[in-house]
Amino acid sequence: MTLINNRITKLAALTVLCATFSACDHDIDDDDSYNSGTVDFSKFVSLGDSLTAGYADGALSLFGQENSFPNILAQQFAQVGGGDFIQPLMNDDLGGLLINGIEQPEFENRLILNGLTNSPEPIEGTPTTEVHSLLSGAFNNMGVPGAKSFHMLAANYGNPAGLFTDSEGILSEAALANPYFSRFVSTDAASMVEDAASQQPSFFTLWAGNNDTLSYATTGGTGADQTGNDDLSSYGSNDITDPAAFAGAYQLLVDAMTSSGGKGVLINLPDISAIPFFTTVPYNAISLTQEEADALNSAFIPYNEGVLAVAALSLITEEEAERRIIAFSSGQNAIVISDESLTDLTFINPDLSSMRQATADDLILLPASSTIGTADENDPTLIYGLSDPLVDGDVLIPSEILAIDTARQAYNATIKSFADESEDLVLMDAAALLDSLPDGIDYGTGYVDGTYATGGAFSLDGVHLTARGYAIIANEIMISIENGFGANLPAVDPGTFTTIFIK
Amino acid sequence: MKRIILVTTSLCLASTAFGGGYRLALQGQKALGMGHTGVAMTDSSEVVFFNPAGMPSLNSDLEISGGINLIQSETEYQNEASNASAESDNPIGTPLNLYLVKKFDDKISYGVGLYTPYGNSVEWEKDWAGSHLVNDIELKAIFIQPTIGYQITDQYSVGFGPVYVTGSVEFNRNLSTSLIDGDGNKANVTIEASSIDAWGYNIGFMAEPAEQITLGISYRSKIDLEANNEDADFENLPSSLAAAFPDTTFDADLVLPAELTLGLAYRLNEDTTLAFDFNRTYWSAYENLDISFDSAAGTSLNPRNYKDSNAYRFGIQHNINQWVLRSGLYLDKSPVKSGYYTPETARNDSIGFTAGTTYKISSALEIDASFLYLHLDEFEGGYDFVDQSGTLISFTGDYKSSAISLGAGARYQF
Repeated sequence: MTLINNRITKLAALTVLCATFSACDHDIDDDDSYNSGTVDFSKFVSLGDSLTAGYADGALSLFGQENSFPNILAQQFAQVGGGDFIQPLMNDDLGGLLINGIEQPEFENRLILNGLTNSPEPIEGTPTTEVHSLLSGAFNNMGVPGAKSFHMLAANYGNPAGLFTDSEGILSEAALANPYFSRFVSTDAASMVEDAASQQPSFFTLWAGNNDTLSYATTGGTGADQTGNDDLSSYGSNDITDPAAFAGAYQLLVDAMTSSGGKGVLINLPDISAIPFFTTVPYNAISLTQEEADALNSAFIPYNEGVLAVAALSLITEEEAERRIIAFSSGQNAIVISDESLTDLTFINPDLSSMRQATADDLILLPASSTIGTADENDPTLIYGLSDPLVDGDVLIPSEILAIDTARQAYNATIKSFADESEDLVLMDAAALLDSLPDGIDYGTGYVDGTYATGGAFSLDGVHLTARGYAIIANEIMISIENGFGANLPAVDPGTFTTIFIK
Repeated sequence: MKRIILVTTSLCLASTAFGGGYRLALQGQKALGMGHTGVAMTDSSEVVFFNPAGMPSLNSDLEISGGINLIQSETEYQNEASNASAESDNPIGTPLNLYLVKKFDDKISYGVGLYTPYGNSVEWEKDWAGSHLVNDIELKAIFIQPTIGYQITDQYSVGFGPVYVTGSVEFNRNLSTSLIDGDGNKANVTIEASSIDAWGYNIGFMAEPAEQITLGISYRSKIDLEANNEDADFENLPSSLAAAFPDTTFDADLVLPAELTLGLAYRLNEDTTLAFDFNRTYWSAYENLDISFDSAAGTSLNPRNYKDSNAYRFGIQHNINQWVLRSGLYLDKSPVKSGYYTPETARNDSIGFTAGTTYKISSALEIDASFLYLHLDEFEGGYDFVDQSGTLISFTGDYKSSAISLGAGARYQF
């Protein structure tokens, strides 16, 4: 029996039978009609930020780069005339950075989920990617984590000489260069867009502007909204870029990328309400017993009385007083947060700090999930989020959310206008795509949604996508190319790409 | 992790490409040549399987017949939206059968049948798009049926045989669409059940109202295969989860449904016989393939909710000197409801084309050959009960299946 059951027999039998039965040849409709439409994919360059680089789980790792959406696209373009796609590859799958051999606390290894604690933690291992080991050559993936629209135009943005370090060798906040770009900048002074455009792309993607609001958003709005101020030199690193300044920068980026006559896809910017970094921690995350609520309410009596007294003096409105009153009950309770938009009363009484309980209109940032409910090291009676309000950097209040979204929509209007104006440019509506995530995206063989960690689309940093998420982006870009340029491209199966890593 | 799918489900799956759910309709070379009809046929000891009431009609004092089939099946899968595609690379199946019938006296015959209606494997490409439903499955089951037939009058006969089943199954699937270990290997579970025993029965009735006509009724009972405390082996789990999901044991039940077959054989003349069978299989008994793990893995819920299904079979045979030529076809309706197509049972209605021949070497010995080509139209189907973090999602795609069988057998009459 085993002798019979071998492959040779099987083949022989089938060959004979198939000769008689042409029906054996039953491939499910093979689509042999893949074509590039009016696009020349021979030189494909992607310009962008972390989302273009393949950043995931809080780091840029070799694995993340292999699964960057441009690299996924390039593999598919290869079937319709695409050329080599070279990325500035990291040295390992860990993702941490070394500067002069010293590990950088701001650039740790990628996150993995510890199944025992249910919390993300950096993967163990010593990173081996030395920022000062300059890579040579031209790179098709010009995605640099952290880059804002105008950074992409900035000379010396990757100049290794600008990577100032402190006495312990840690990258200084005053550093003028981006260590990710320093790894592969062509010359000290070269800008990202110069290194991208000099490759004379026949086709490109441009995803610029995410960090123009995200750096402000992920730091809880501690930066400034620079809308109306186009003097970029006056900006802090976590400010919202002036939409007019964005439009100016974007014009230059598009001009440079199209200067060799190539076609391109312009990708717009998603709403933070689609991103789990901002949506995972509920405003009423704290659960209390009646006893705990009673004790807290007693402790807040002097504060509440003070607020009411100030309101009686008309120093604040009744409405503001109402918002500032702190009250707890058994069950789920709204977190106590700092709100710098409240009237400053500390000159009257230092204890009347600008705080209130959060509402559904506030967004509590993901990192606060590990500190909310914990006691202050020096004063155990101060419980973070209860007796000790969340700091500004852990919360986005409605005025901040509005500033972010107003700027983003202005950027998106700019991006759309460029796509509308040129037949060589098409828009990929990433905003619409990610907006559909809360309801889930069915990609045919499976499903992802925007839930942190388990949803499948977002990596453990809560902002960047998983490989599966990037595959969905790649498919959507291919659809944009098909619609805009008459191509027919082979989609990838997102189900074959990974999601999060568990320890 | 809680909804690990199942193993035995797999049973069903095994015979993907074949008619009648997961049963292989290959229990006799002569019958297969005639479209797998046989409930009203009395010309071979294959009657032990097809209708034991036919045993007293056999001419010889002792008859032994047996055969083996080589069956090659394959299924192709494609999802247009995600461009995923895969093909099952199934090992050749070798179902076999052996029947013995002995005359006790003019009215009573007894005998035994041994057959393997579930010997099959399905192997998809490892980690293919539906690997969270099945990677591969191998099912083996041997049926042993001691049987007795009784000729009540010249026109009426009955037969009965208890059926003993012993089988094993091995099934592997990934735990989810995304769970991987630190090295990127997909976490998966292998379920292995060996030596599962069960009993059923086969009963038949036959009538010959006219010289040219035989009518037959056969009923095969439902058989419940119960796997208890069999082995479940979890592989490639992330280390922080491994302790919570150790290798464990599981319980699962698989139903092999009852079937009722009505048949008519009409002898056109001395050399030519036509046969029609109508078969109804009570697949509605197959409600789920839930797997209960004896660990934190919990119970994997796998609704199936099959419906009863019919098969219509037709065959003809013609004698020419030492040769008998046969051909037939059958139409097999799918028992799978919309929304319940799993990659193992992703089948729609099928049509089988069969042919066969017998060559009489001597008055005692003859040899048989058979051929089957089973065609299933390409169709789009999905399974809507994949649990992903509490959300039921679908696994859909276009499926196309086919199977080819070559069979050979022999009969010796003492």
